[in-house]
Amino acid sequence: MDTLAFLIKRLGQAAVVMLVISIIGFSIQDNLGDPLRELVGQSVSEEVRDELREEMGLNDPFFVQYWRFLTKAVQGDLGTSYFFKKPALEVIMGKFPATFELVLAATFIIIFVSVPVGIYCAIHPKSFFSRLAMAVSIVGISVPVFLTAIFSIYIFAIYLDWLPSYGRGDTVDLGFWRTGFLSLDGLSHLILPALALSSIMLPLFIRLIRGEMMEVLRSEYVRFAWAKGLHPSRVYLLHAFKNTLLPVITVGGVQVGTLIAYTILTETVFQWPGMGFLFLEAVNRVDTPLIIAYIIVVGLIFVITNTIVDLVYTMVNPMVRITGVKG
Amino acid sequence: MALLEVRGLEVAFPLRAARLQALRGVDFTLEEGERLGIVGESGAGKSMAAYAILNLISEPGRISGGEIWFDGQRLDTLSNDEMRGIRGNRIAMIFQDPMMTLNPVLTVGTQMIECLAAHRTMSEAQAQDLCIAKLREVAIPSPEARFNAYPHELSGGLRQRVVIAIALLLDPAIIIADEPTTALDVTIQAEIMGLMMELCDNHRVGLILITHDLAVVSDVTQKMLVMYAGRVVETGTTAQVIARPAHPYTRGLLQSLPQKNTAGGMLNQIPGTMPSLAAVPSGCAFHPRCEHTDARCSSELPQLRAVGRRMVSCHHAEALK
Ligand SMILES: Nc1ncnc2c1ncn2[C@@H]1O[C@H](COP(=O)(O)OP(=O)(O)OP(=O)(O)O)[C@@H](O)[C@H]1O
Ligand SMILES: [Mg+2]
Repeated sequence: MDTLAFLIKRLGQAAVVMLVISIIGFSIQDNLGDPLRELVGQSVSEEVRDELREEMGLNDPFFVQYWRFLTKAVQGDLGTSYFFKKPALEVIMGKFPATFELVLAATFIIIFVSVPVGIYCAIHPKSFFSRLAMAVSIVGISVPVFLTAIFSIYIFAIYLDWLPSYGRGDTVDLGFWRTGFLSLDGLSHLILPALALSSIMLPLFIRLIRGEMMEVLRSEYVRFAWAKGLHPSRVYLLHAFKNTLLPVITVGGVQVGTLIAYTILTETVFQWPGMGFLFLEAVNRVDTPLIIAYIIVVGLIFVITNTIVDLVYTMVNPMVRITGVKG
Repeated sequence: MALLEVRGLEVAFPLRAARLQALRGVDFTLEEGERLGIVGESGAGKSMAAYAILNLISEPGRISGGEIWFDGQRLDTLSNDEMRGIRGNRIAMIFQDPMMTLNPVLTVGTQMIECLAAHRTMSEAQAQDLCIAKLREVAIPSPEARFNAYPHELSGGLRQRVVIAIALLLDPAIIIADEPTTALDVTIQAEIMGLMMELCDNHRVGLILITHDLAVVSDVTQKMLVMYAGRVVETGTTAQVIARPAHPYTRGLLQSLPQKNTAGGMLNQIPGTMPSLAAVPSGCAFHPRCEHTDARCSSELPQLRAVGRRMVSCHHAEALK
């Protein structure tokens, strides 16, 4: 019941966020180039242009145009891509699986590396490995991601020739989804981009988990857990880590946005045929409907992941279940 | 041999700047079912002495000297695994703040059952029955419901009852309670203390009670230990020490208690404060605050010795007695 109230509240918030994003998207359409030029080219006379404008409703007041845009958008019509001559949403969604799989792979790497390393560093802060991990992560934070990407391409793709450096490789068509997870070639193509993308967040999460867990390990309840004679694995992994998770989830939710933003860069460097790569191409071609569709789809993804993150948070933290808000 | 015997216990914090000596030779014993009170101002080393018994001192602190014997077994040389078998099982601990002692993200039941699981083999149902019986024993209303509750759903008094139930779960020989009622409402302090005493009596559990409250010590303990700057300055039966304190520090502590005849008046606080570990005075650590100080006090460390039927470490104990 509490979860339902929470979901309804969250849905309301999501609607507001999407409304704001749609206004931004629409303003871009309004300000970015003349749609007629893209459609009809130079040779058409000014009278015909005016007529077309009137016909397309481009001379209507801002609010009327926005309302038209919104009602269409709600029905999934985000306009037609100038370049692909296809519905913009369809073009974007065609690239969605590639981006989704890249982000998913990067997220897995982040979780499965930062959690054990962070926990280890918190338990043994003075060990050689911890000092090394901290030093590397300081460097990692300050190196821009395109450098990491280019270096990894140079080392693993060019110098060692172990891994492919661009494209998605072989994909398997599941009908509704094109996946690279099911072929060896697809997986090998995924490694370098996913590593590069995860390298943005890894240092942050390792340091965050280490810091929060060291704090938790000093708490009274951890001391009490020791005093009960529990096995160290239970003290560390249940008592301490479950509490460490709370702030980590909160920060993680915020960082999802950053991760999506960085897909544009990563996909471009690795020529990864995803939404980010497509977006950059669309910007170069001033393909306004596609740009707007990208912004709205990404906004929606952001809202959905944040809702999921909040749900996970309420599952871990019994304190929020009562009140329905973070305490 | 006593059930618990602590001899010459030393605890040190080897920090980068200096090696801080938190305990500088502490001796005491506890018989089966006996109650010992440990008093002293903040920073005296009371908690340190208690944590050392179960080797729970936080890094980088370690036991740097002395011996701890429990039931014929030497504790301070045990491996971590061996020590784990003692903790919560033979010797249990109760901490000061029940708001902080229970893990906020785990249910009361989880935190009880895991303690049983760590030391006994029994079925889930058996364990749950035992836990609920213990919750009932500490007078928690509707224990079945509380069993599934999270700590934040309970009041401070109830939480401390849960902690006491956990401490008693495995019928330990000794419970170490570090200021168990300090964080509670004044109105329920006596209630919780009364409950603890009743349970300790019923199960013949020995108790080490750390507190600032000399009234409680005189009410419930048979023996007491007065600590100052990491040492024992006076120890003996509670009745004797309270009635006729021999160490000037003990006297100061007692005089700073609100007395019946001085109700509402100024308390006689001991002038000055407990020295920091980085600057413990030479000789008797108490000498800068003592009104009986002479040259010998600042140069020679007084040993704990028998004066009458108690032990005191003061050069002037006989004269002052
Ligand atoms: N991690 C640490 N590093 C250095 N010194 C410490 C550390 N923990 C405690 N100490 C010192 O050890 C001494 C004894 O501390 P302890 O906690 O035993 O005092 P206490 O008598 O229990 O005081 P209180 O009544 O405030 O609980 C104090 O001087 C304290 O500053
Ligand atoms: Mg203390």
